[in-house]
Amino acid sequence: MSESRHIIPVWFFVGLLLLTYGALILASGIAEWNDLPSTVLANLHAPVWWGGLMVLLGGVYIHKFRPRRVL
Amino acid sequence: MNNFLAMLAPERLVHLSTVDLAIIAIYFLAVLCIGFYLKRFAKSGEDFFLAGREMTAWVAGLAFLSANLGSLELLGWAGSSYQYGILAAHWYWIGAIPAMLFLGIVMMPFYYISKTHSVPGYLQLRYGKGASGLSAVSFGFMTILMSGVNMFAMAKVMQVVLGWNIHFSIWVSSVTVGIYVASGGLFSAIFNEVLQFFLIWFGALLIPILGLTEAGGWKGLVSRIQHNFPEQNFTHAWSTLGHFQDNPMGMHWTGIVFGLGAVISMGYWTTDFLVVQRVLSAKNLRSAKMAPIIGSFFKMAVPLIVILPGLIGLAVLPDKLVPESMLQPGQHSYNDVLPLMLARYCGPGLLGLGVTALVAGFMAGMAGNVSAFATVWTYDIYRPFIRKTATDQHYVSMGRRCTIIGLFISIGTAYLAMGFASIMDYVQALFSFFIAPLFGTVLIGMLWKRATSLGGFLGLLAGTLTAIGIFFSMKIDHNLVAVFALSPLAKGLAQDMYQALWSCLMCVIVTVAVSLVTAPKPEAELAGLVYGFTPIPREENVSLLQKPIFWACVAVALFVILQLIFW
Repeated sequence: MSESRHIIPVWFFVGLLLLTYGALILASGIAEWNDLPSTVLANLHAPVWWGGLMVLLGGVYIHKFRPRRVL
Repeated sequence: MNNFLAMLAPERLVHLSTVDLAIIAIYFLAVLCIGFYLKRFAKSGEDFFLAGREMTAWVAGLAFLSANLGSLELLGWAGSSYQYGILAAHWYWIGAIPAMLFLGIVMMPFYYISKTHSVPGYLQLRYGKGASGLSAVSFGFMTILMSGVNMFAMAKVMQVVLGWNIHFSIWVSSVTVGIYVASGGLFSAIFNEVLQFFLIWFGALLIPILGLTEAGGWKGLVSRIQHNFPEQNFTHAWSTLGHFQDNPMGMHWTGIVFGLGAVISMGYWTTDFLVVQRVLSAKNLRSAKMAPIIGSFFKMAVPLIVILPGLIGLAVLPDKLVPESMLQPGQHSYNDVLPLMLARYCGPGLLGLGVTALVAGFMAGMAGNVSAFATVWTYDIYRPFIRKTATDQHYVSMGRRCTIIGLFISIGTAYLAMGFASIMDYVQALFSFFIAPLFGTVLIGMLWKRATSLGGFLGLLAGTLTAIGIFFSMKIDHNLVAVFALSPLAKGLAQDMYQALWSCLMCVIVTVAVSLVTAPKPEAELAGLVYGFTPIPREENVSLLQKPIFWACVAVALFVILQLIFW
């Protein structure tokens, strides 16, 4: 994105959102580990691995596209 | 809190938990914060209307794709895939990929080098005010109506799926979209579209993953569908298109190839300013050419999250879904298939993510419509016809006001749609009236130097009137379906394909005929606008992997392979 005006890249916001959502979904999946919801294939614990994947990807995006101080 | 939730959700298809509501609330907060943050960068007209023309190919490409990946589209096509099977995937493959690649490789150099702000802006440079004015007025009018129809559709879906109050949905979404688009202009719209892209993929991709696991893979899925619906073929994309009666869509391959592939999709993807505006925001010509090509790869994959859930619904849902018009209490319509799949596989948290993806899709659709409307109104109607000389700041200010006014008109349209449900069908149809002939006008303008101003204007007018005439003729006298759509068995979508084909042909014929008997434009005025008069920068010093044409060839190869796999 803009190098000249130092706009924070959209990818950083994507990372923030993925990390936040991933953390919420992962926490929710862990909380319901022994008390599964009545959804189909709940025994696969999709919120845990899907939330984990989102946390991982969000972390990578935040690290790679974090705003850096311009000297 | 519980009372508040009960007020929002008296009857609903899915039940949201606190974590789901938190995910939705975070989304609203995030887009508002991003809008406020971007306001400081949207100062000039170039910034506000074209995001400073500094987007990378990836950002422009994802925004280009997302502008078309609204929730109405997701819910509608998931429902269509339940109704018609994999035939619905044609709207993502032959109905998009060739046109996106054509835009990137052939048309984008003319749009980009002419430095136009919009598609009507290009028409003004090429044909003058007649064709440009007609295109701008029709586009502006239809865009804002579409925005209202989208708004109503969102409110309706939120009412059915979540039980939310319809007025609550309309006003909360409108105020949010109004604030962030009026603040950051196209910057905000594009940022939101990229966020929406990720939300939609993460929110919907679990459905095919878990659905295929439940069905026993693709083979198990096909076998279950054949068991549930032995009289229909839902899993072949081309082999059933030899005759109108052989497939659930009542479609013939000529309609798909010539109507959808050659006219409707070309018209939509190359001349609908809502999507083209995203590509015009690219930082250079190479990025502008790459953006639609990048978008085409993801477009090919969209059936995974739209078509496959519909097919999975055919395989695993215990009760059959019915058309909206035949809905009885306790039944669900085709359009409910995606929310039903979400509720089937997604528990707390994942459900909130899925619903947020739908909300984001609706809001991004509204934002796209109002930002395109603000640009076309300000640059193609207000500036050439009302106030020719004003400062750049004045036009930016007009753009911001126009965004808010556009949203209020959209709200009015949403309430109109609430009173007259059939208006939604008519608005969709009206939109298609202008798109098919516009493709003919723009393409001839770019490739044929002899095309004249009067030819362009009269061709566009004739094409539009032809589409309107055919549409109402078939509505009034059903026997005419056999004449215009080549078979009395042709159903709604097939009729649309042939209507588009004839209107585009009429546009081309009239444009050529009138141009041949009127004085051509001087060649000096065609520089940067027409093939042969536009110096296109060569890409001799870039590697093969950086060349748009290379990636376009890869996309074509993948597209062909997909057709063969699902033949």
